[in-house]
Amino acid sequence: MSTPLAGGSGSVLELRGIHQIYGTGDAQVHALRGIDLSVAAGEYLAIMGPSGSGKSTLMNLLGCLDVASSGTYMLAGNDVNELDEKELARVRNREIGFIFQSFNLVPRMTALQNTELPLAYGGVRYAERKRRALEALEMVNLTNRADHRPQQLSGGQQQRVAIARALVTNPTLLLADEPTGNLDSESTHEILAIFDQLAAQGRTIVIITHEENVGERAHRVVNVKDGLITSDHLNRERVLAR
Amino acid sequence: MKFGDILLSAVRGVTANKLRSILTMLGVLIGVGAVILLMAVGNGSAQRVNSLITSLGTNTLTIRPSGTGSTPITLAVSDQLNKAGLGDVKSVVPESTTSLTVSSTNASESGVSIIGTSADYFTVSTASVASGSAFTAADVASAAKVAVIGSTLATELYPSGSALGQSITVSGTPFTVVGILATQSSTGFNDPNSVVVAPVTRVQRSFTGFGALSSLLAESKTTAGVAAAQGELGVELNQLLHVSAATAASAASSSATSGAAGTGGFGRFLRGATGGGTAASALGAASSSSTLPYTITNASTLLSTAEASATSFTVLLAAVAAISLLVGGIGVTNVMLVTVTERTREIGIRKALGATRGAILGQFLAEAAILTLLGGILGVVAAVFAAQFQINGTQPVLIGYSIPLALGVSVAIGVFFGVYPAGRAATMRPIQALRSI
Repeated sequence: MSTPLAGGSGSVLELRGIHQIYGTGDAQVHALRGIDLSVAAGEYLAIMGPSGSGKSTLMNLLGCLDVASSGTYMLAGNDVNELDEKELARVRNREIGFIFQSFNLVPRMTALQNTELPLAYGGVRYAERKRRALEALEMVNLTNRADHRPQQLSGGQQQRVAIARALVTNPTLLLADEPTGNLDSESTHEILAIFDQLAAQGRTIVIITHEENVGERAHRVVNVKDGLITSDHLNRERVLAR
Repeated sequence: MKFGDILLSAVRGVTANKLRSILTMLGVLIGVGAVILLMAVGNGSAQRVNSLITSLGTNTLTIRPSGTGSTPITLAVSDQLNKAGLGDVKSVVPESTTSLTVSSTNASESGVSIIGTSADYFTVSTASVASGSAFTAADVASAAKVAVIGSTLATELYPSGSALGQSITVSGTPFTVVGILATQSSTGFNDPNSVVVAPVTRVQRSFTGFGALSSLLAESKTTAGVAAAQGELGVELNQLLHVSAATAASAASSSATSGAAGTGGFGRFLRGATGGGTAASALGAASSSSTLPYTITNASTLLSTAEASATSFTVLLAAVAAISLLVGGIGVTNVMLVTVTERTREIGIRKALGATRGAILGQFLAEAAILTLLGGILGVVAAVFAAQFQINGTQPVLIGYSIPLALGVSVAIGVFFGVYPAGRAATMRPIQALRSI
């Protein structure tokens, strides 16, 4: 695992005047109304807001799962709006590691195979894939469950596999959408500890959440409401603790 | 993504819902199996008909009165044809046939074909003597009451011993059995193993009278000379039967175009059936126009007619089978559509992880191809197995090209019918795919 750029040396993602509009006419929904956001390498950022605030829309844009109606989004030097379908797939594969609320592991595939999947889409050789996937599983302390299928794993373990899968390509950005939403408090604690550890290693992490206890672990908290950023502040306690 | 990975995820997809995959494969199996097997059945029956026609003797020509002439074809005509010294004709034998009751002291058989003919009959026709001996030219000259009988008739009349040397009664006239025919395969409505072959002179005197014969059988010297023999026989017959030059000329010109039976076809068909002659007439191909007082047929004209009908029969069977293959293909589409819908979320995950459209398309196309290929291979196995058994009396004969053809078509169908569901999967937007449950 290479060490990402030291914090503050440049932004890995930058949003400028992002608007997102769904539907037409009366059914039109203005989900985002001009978002400006810049995230530096190594930052641990939480995007918080009540449901309907537009944070999920923001998450889809950040993850290149959707394209903004207007505005620019620069991710690791790529202007996402300019990319075609194939290049978007490549960006999702190389630059972003997804962690979902419902884990989203592929059923019928073992933990190891799930972890290998992004490498397979990246065209990495078999031997190399296995080595890197095992490495990633070791980071989340799950090597002993490598050949278990999702349905044989607990929720916390499934989320740890998902984190390993997100880490395996060594992406620019770890993007987590309510990662503890489906977990009990013990597993939540486990997962947040892993995030702390990854942040300490200098990884860039963006967590979307509405849970205060999750948000307060991040170094920087951005609040979103009605499609606009209402506050953006550093969590001094956490930054100093770092 | 590498080809192996695409294949692997496709295999995982196929095995995910085994029952559904097996049922889908069953549809393809039946389609492919039906195409191969029914083509084999068509081919088998064509070969059977061909071998039957060949067994009539490819050198044999049948001359039959067409009922329009004033001069009948009599025994004298037969003798004169033999004496004419025709270059390509080896010999001509008369056939005077009727259908009578034959009895022994033990049993009685009704409706047995009685064939009155000359001693050469056993070389000209495909009937051969298995035990005992044929009657001789002397027997014919003296109108002897001797007979050669078919094997089935022999065992029916004398179930507990050889019929050889025994006496049989044909409609009141006693005959001595001097020979028994070798068993022949059936070529038409009549059982060729239930016949009485006797000297033509005796049959005419006792049963049919001295008028017209039922038919003449002629043998050409070579197989290649059949057409020449037919020509020579025609010229000679025109003279013997006093056919006018004008009729002969017009018949000659029209016979060039009328290879198959004309207006008299069905009549000949019936006469052939009741007269108990060869099946040649039952299959109904004539080489001469009905304006002549006779028709001449040979096995090769029958053969080409039979081949043409066998080909269309095979094509028909294949077409019916192709429909079941198509239905199997639609089954593949249906299952793939269900699969894609069911696995929408998986597609979303894969896209979020960086799967391109091509990779998703490839995965689902490969799944459809695996389903059809496996179903196709099993269909080939099933068809090859089923072809070992007789189906409705026909031994199927596999056509070599039908196997790769059916297999190729089934995979092509799988890919063709898989394109739409796979395309739907590939063009799904990742957020929509992920949102589904």
